[in-house]
Amino acid sequence: MSLVFAGACSHGPGITGRAEQADVSLRNELYANFDRLRRAIEQSNPDALVVIGAEHFANFFMDNMPAICMGMADSYTGPIEDEQWLGIDSAQIPGNEALSEQLIKSIMQDIDLAYAQEWKFDHGIMVPLHFLTPRYDLPVIPVNINCQGPPLIPLHRCYEFGRALRRACDERPERIAIIGTGGISHWPATPDSGQINEQWDRQFLDHFVNNRREQLVAYTDEQTYQDAGQGGFEIRTFVAIAGATEGSTGEIWFYAPIPIFAVGCTIATMSVE
Amino acid sequence: MSLYYVQKLLYQVNREPYIRKRFDTDFDQLIGDYDLSIDEITALREGDIGLLYIMGVNGQILMHFAAHCGLEWSTYLATLRQALVEHGPVRAGLYATVWD
Ligand SMILES: [Fe+2]
Repeated sequence: MSLVFAGACSHGPGITGRAEQADVSLRNELYANFDRLRRAIEQSNPDALVVIGAEHFANFFMDNMPAICMGMADSYTGPIEDEQWLGIDSAQIPGNEALSEQLIKSIMQDIDLAYAQEWKFDHGIMVPLHFLTPRYDLPVIPVNINCQGPPLIPLHRCYEFGRALRRACDERPERIAIIGTGGISHWPATPDSGQINEQWDRQFLDHFVNNRREQLVAYTDEQTYQDAGQGGFEIRTFVAIAGATEGSTGEIWFYAPIPIFAVGCTIATMSVE
Repeated sequence: MSLYYVQKLLYQVNREPYIRKRFDTDFDQLIGDYDLSIDEITALREGDIGLLYIMGVNGQILMHFAAHCGLEWSTYLATLRQALVEHGPVRAGLYATVWD
């Protein structure tokens, strides 16, 4: 049928792993919006959920680092982290190898991408799934955009990837939902963890929900590193969602800096009209 | 400095249970597979999270190794901050990037 839903959310491991240390009302509001996102995905009645993430050296390392990689398996496992540390139990997550293959073949008409038949999800995918498909009953197709080990794919290519993904989805009879998951400004796992540039985040999110391609792809890694930390490189996942919803706009359902979660926690949707 | 191999070893320790087991029980044999300096081997053997950070190990790799070493989150961050005071700025890798 086509793309039936598009959204974006945060994935910081603290969201589940350090839940009890956060401001209770902010945390509850974030969780409520994750739940609202879950319901919206369910209402779109998808056959599969593509999660565009920015994993963190769980599967991909600098010996062979793909710019973009898509999973092509019938099942995945996660989390790779200690269950207690992350606050998420180990699980097997269903995939859809045949659908992955069709999407990959189609996307390759426009964008070179790698595929992986084995994938251990880290918090970058497990935290969103914990809230969005808590029973792990919806086939997931993971995508990783390298946001960790430079050189990184340029933002305009992430946008193009999103466009190619959209075209590939629209060619399929299946109903496909997509979620982008990344941090905006943040300095994860460093001495500056907890620092958040709210003004930068709000500016970026404004460009995102208004799908201003020119502004979205104009961010340079150097400036992002200065203003938004190395975690800011994960805006690539948002930019891919903007590409997949080109011509449409969206809505921020929730944004709040939550320092113990090390990120400006965000829940957003984009129209797929 | 062979930051690449320090990070590769920790990446594998984080990802592969059998490598993690070898790290804990068969360290000397395991590190023979990686091109590491004496200082790096010492920092790894002692689980010196602060020094590994200063050497340039990416936090996304280091935080899981720190959890494996039993460091609670606030202790992990305090260890990194203390390391900056003790050893000075990060020497290599992403956090020492000089943009051209
Ligand atoms: Fe991340």
